[in-house]
Amino acid sequence: MRQLASEKTTHPVLIFWIIAGWVGFFLLPWYGVEEFFAFEWLLDGYPFDTDYAPAAFLIGQGEKLWLAPMFVALLAPLWVIKKRKTDPLYAKVLILAGAFGFGWLIVQGFSIGIRGWNFDWAEAVFGDLGDRQFGMGYGALICASAFLFLFTQGIAARGAINGDVFVVSAIGGVIVIVTAFVFFPIAKMLTAAFITEEGGYSASVFAAKFFDDRLWGLGCLSGGRCGVAWNSLFLAVLVGLITTVLGLIFALVVTRSGFRYKRALRALTVLPIITPPFVIGLALILLFGLSGSVTVFFSDVFGIQPTRWLYGLPGVLIAQTLAFTPIAFLVLIGVVEGVSPSMEEAAQTLRASKWQVFKTVSLPLMRPGLANAFLLGFIESMADFGNPLVLGGNFDVLSTEIFFAIVGAQYDQGKAAVLAMVLLCFTLGAFYAQRFWLGKKSYTTVSGKGDSGVHPHMPRALSLPVLALAMIWAGFTAVVYLMIFYGSVVELWGVNNTLTFKHYITAFSFRLEEGGIRWSGAAWDSFWTTLKIAAIAAPLTAIVGLITAYLLTRQTFAGKNAFEFGTMLSFAIPGTVIGVSYILAFNVPPIEITGTGIILVVSFIFRNMPVGVRAGIASMSQLDKSLDESSLTLGANSWETFRRIILPLLRPAILAALVYSFVRAMTAISAVIFLVSAEYDMATSYIIGRVENNDYGLAIAYSTTLIFVMLSVVALMQVIVGRTEIGRRMTQSRTNV
Amino acid sequence: MTSLKTLCGASALALVAAAGAAQADKLTFYCSAQEDWCQLMANSFQDATGIDVAMTRKSSGETFAQIKAESANPKGDVWWGGTGDPHLQAAEEGLTAEYLSPMRDQLHPWAISQAESAGNKTIGIYSGALGYGYNADLLAANNLPEPACWKDLLKPEYKGHVQMANPNSSGTAYTTLATMMQLFGEDEGFDFMKGLHTNVNQYTKSGSAPIKAAGRGENTIGIVFMHDAVKQAVSGFPVKVVAPCEGTGYEIGSMSIIDGARNMDEAKKFYDWALSAEAQNLALQVNAFQVPSNKGAETSASAPDMSQITLIDYDFKKYGSSDERKRLLKKWDDEVSVLPQ
Repeated sequence: MRQLASEKTTHPVLIFWIIAGWVGFFLLPWYGVEEFFAFEWLLDGYPFDTDYAPAAFLIGQGEKLWLAPMFVALLAPLWVIKKRKTDPLYAKVLILAGAFGFGWLIVQGFSIGIRGWNFDWAEAVFGDLGDRQFGMGYGALICASAFLFLFTQGIAARGAINGDVFVVSAIGGVIVIVTAFVFFPIAKMLTAAFITEEGGYSASVFAAKFFDDRLWGLGCLSGGRCGVAWNSLFLAVLVGLITTVLGLIFALVVTRSGFRYKRALRALTVLPIITPPFVIGLALILLFGLSGSVTVFFSDVFGIQPTRWLYGLPGVLIAQTLAFTPIAFLVLIGVVEGVSPSMEEAAQTLRASKWQVFKTVSLPLMRPGLANAFLLGFIESMADFGNPLVLGGNFDVLSTEIFFAIVGAQYDQGKAAVLAMVLLCFTLGAFYAQRFWLGKKSYTTVSGKGDSGVHPHMPRALSLPVLALAMIWAGFTAVVYLMIFYGSVVELWGVNNTLTFKHYITAFSFRLEEGGIRWSGAAWDSFWTTLKIAAIAAPLTAIVGLITAYLLTRQTFAGKNAFEFGTMLSFAIPGTVIGVSYILAFNVPPIEITGTGIILVVSFIFRNMPVGVRAGIASMSQLDKSLDESSLTLGANSWETFRRIILPLLRPAILAALVYSFVRAMTAISAVIFLVSAEYDMATSYIIGRVENNDYGLAIAYSTTLIFVMLSVVALMQVIVGRTEIGRRMTQSRTNV
Repeated sequence: MTSLKTLCGASALALVAAAGAAQADKLTFYCSAQEDWCQLMANSFQDATGIDVAMTRKSSGETFAQIKAESANPKGDVWWGGTGDPHLQAAEEGLTAEYLSPMRDQLHPWAISQAESAGNKTIGIYSGALGYGYNADLLAANNLPEPACWKDLLKPEYKGHVQMANPNSSGTAYTTLATMMQLFGEDEGFDFMKGLHTNVNQYTKSGSAPIKAAGRGENTIGIVFMHDAVKQAVSGFPVKVVAPCEGTGYEIGSMSIIDGARNMDEAKKFYDWALSAEAQNLALQVNAFQVPSNKGAETSASAPDMSQITLIDYDFKKYGSSDERKRLLKKWDDEVSVLPQ
């Protein structure tokens, strides 16, 4: 295949993108159409009605003439269609056409907006435009993609990345979408840090807000209160460490012990990740709060005076550890499973004791997993909003401060931007610390050579405390969840404990009527929307995440570090900032998607992609490059190698990315709160509304239902994706294939 | 629908203008009151007029942030409910539009004065007095006397039992701060805040959180709007409501039309309708215990009896302006919040 493509003068990929560009320019509506997929626009004056007209028809009618230059960029590639890739003209024409078309599309999009020229100087130079344009639609989208991929094919033809069209296109594609949906909105938001009250720009405004004592004060060392920044940092480091250790413990119990109820344990550890925000916090309050059951028990039996110890660092720490351990577990399980048993067996053969094997072979090989798990725990804790809000007491952290700087009585977007920058710096620091710790060592253990060992069990001295800890934690999680379930079936949590199903009925009642089911419950609308959005977002997130991970681990290209950081950025920033920055960036043309479901999907993809990236990197750094190389030597191109060699070995990472992004889409709150609209209301924002209104029973019943729905979806995904079968002697009865 | 569109599409420009906007009658309604009230308002207006209502409920701070972020290309039409300060702020920043409703003569004077202090860019729809509530069970368990005045809260025996929101993040707490300034004067008012500070166990982020915590037994006394405390009591929590003896301030829940609204006519229709007695009586169905602004509307029997409460003459214009707000908050930050507790 590959041979044919490079020798002959037909280029199927090139032809595909040329055609796509023409379709985008001549057939599809250039501007955004409300309810595109209802296809009413087809009967409503298309293709001449200016609302629905493709670019070519607009120009033909003498409208929006600024779109015309792009036509040249669509024509030019036809000229080289019969040329060989090696012909310098081929590369030159494609690069020029792609760059010009794409550049022009961007420039006109930003220059001409809803009120004519967007820039005063443009108006001064060219005069009043007398026309305007709305947000771009599918025509523009397809055209932009066509230009982009023409450009990348040109670059590849010039010999970049060994002329590999797939890799160059993937890099180009990821860069463009990350720029559009991460860098652009965040930059728009962060510039607020430098804006003075009069609307000008000033660095001193930034400095004054940045060096605030409230941010950096060290009062807690002398009995007072510390700055918000230190609080956040301290909490995040603790949470990162604890969740990594607990995640490792669970991963070890599941893969390297004779423990019998692994499946139950696995399910239990995943439970917190699928819990809507606030619920864990509420359950903890009901257990350990001033009037919580445990507190009351201790005060009745032992006469211990009830206190508010839960509110503050302890409460937030417990809640975050409960919530984020599963993430560490999901990252680590793939890594722990992936450590090659042959190495461990080799060490054993060389007479190392079990403990030595674990300490000197297994553990060091797990380092990428540990580092990534810590990084995720750290970042999650930094950006977490729900738990500090409920349990924080007077322990303020950056994420809540940011939220209330924006929505609170101060309305200080500048302060929010400064706080977001501080948060970003911490994340950046953690990111580089992680890279430094991993160093340049190789952690490859899965190579093309046969590897049919079985993981040894943990050394005894380790397995006992590990099992004990896992049991304690699992028991604690179970209690918390029993409380939650109990809360959903009582009349009024903590006050009236009569058992009732009325909350479920209010939320999820339905009637069988003529012509189908009538969903009469109050929660159905937001429930279906949430399910739909999450189901669309999850696979897209996994795809983008894994392709990015592949590029980062397998390819070398200029600016790779910046690229990697860029992909982590959206994860490190609290949802609130993302939410507001998305409104700022995407409420006006060229990309006008506020109030649609698309903005929710997009925000989920880019917020959750980093987990796919991290999980993918952790797993991929264990796969020997020789696997790719042999595939390439045998004539497969890099796309085929990715699809047929790497992807199947990545199943744990795929599962992690899918599960995480699905679940996150269903439970996210802080970003979502700004992006929901009447038509696209999400479950979490509905739940928050209910909590605010004292309907705890309804809120918890809804949350419990979501938990069960997510559990079944996760189980389903597990079945669909399947397990990686690295040829190992899994059980006695099954021999290595 | 098609014929309607052809009709109004006489000129190409009109068509372009209609592009992102409505074809049928519809209204994008931002609501900052409680969920069920918002739902009921949206449905009832839809039933009354046949206008399609798309309702989004967010807290008043969130809605303000959203309207501000969307200001280059407004998506909402009318903003109903939520405490008055963000509405005043929005008016000050030109995010909302001026409108003189024909319904104004049916309203209480405080609703009109709210409108006048903002250049008629907002209007009062309900009011609620500030006060506090306490968990009667916890009070008894700790052998504490029943408080009746603001100054009672300064007594040392309440140390660690009082909760209020942080005025930097909550409009309710800012109203508390401003009320003390007007009730006791600035110096004595700040002394009160300092005394209160020693008894406060936590400054919460959200305004109604202190009384919710009291309801669940996580806190004894919460300084909140009285209708929020009544709501806890009606929901079945052991909460008692107190109207402080010295008198108290109040909030005016407001409504504004968003500047540049795409469905301006529908927004005005909603505005007029929401000021009618009939629309304001809907509050009775959803446990909302605020006092309606229409003179003819009924107030819930459980609502705090406004005739028994001494209300101060709250200066919304002064204390709602962003300069005064910033000054007071800075002073509170520098002089009160840093004190040891």
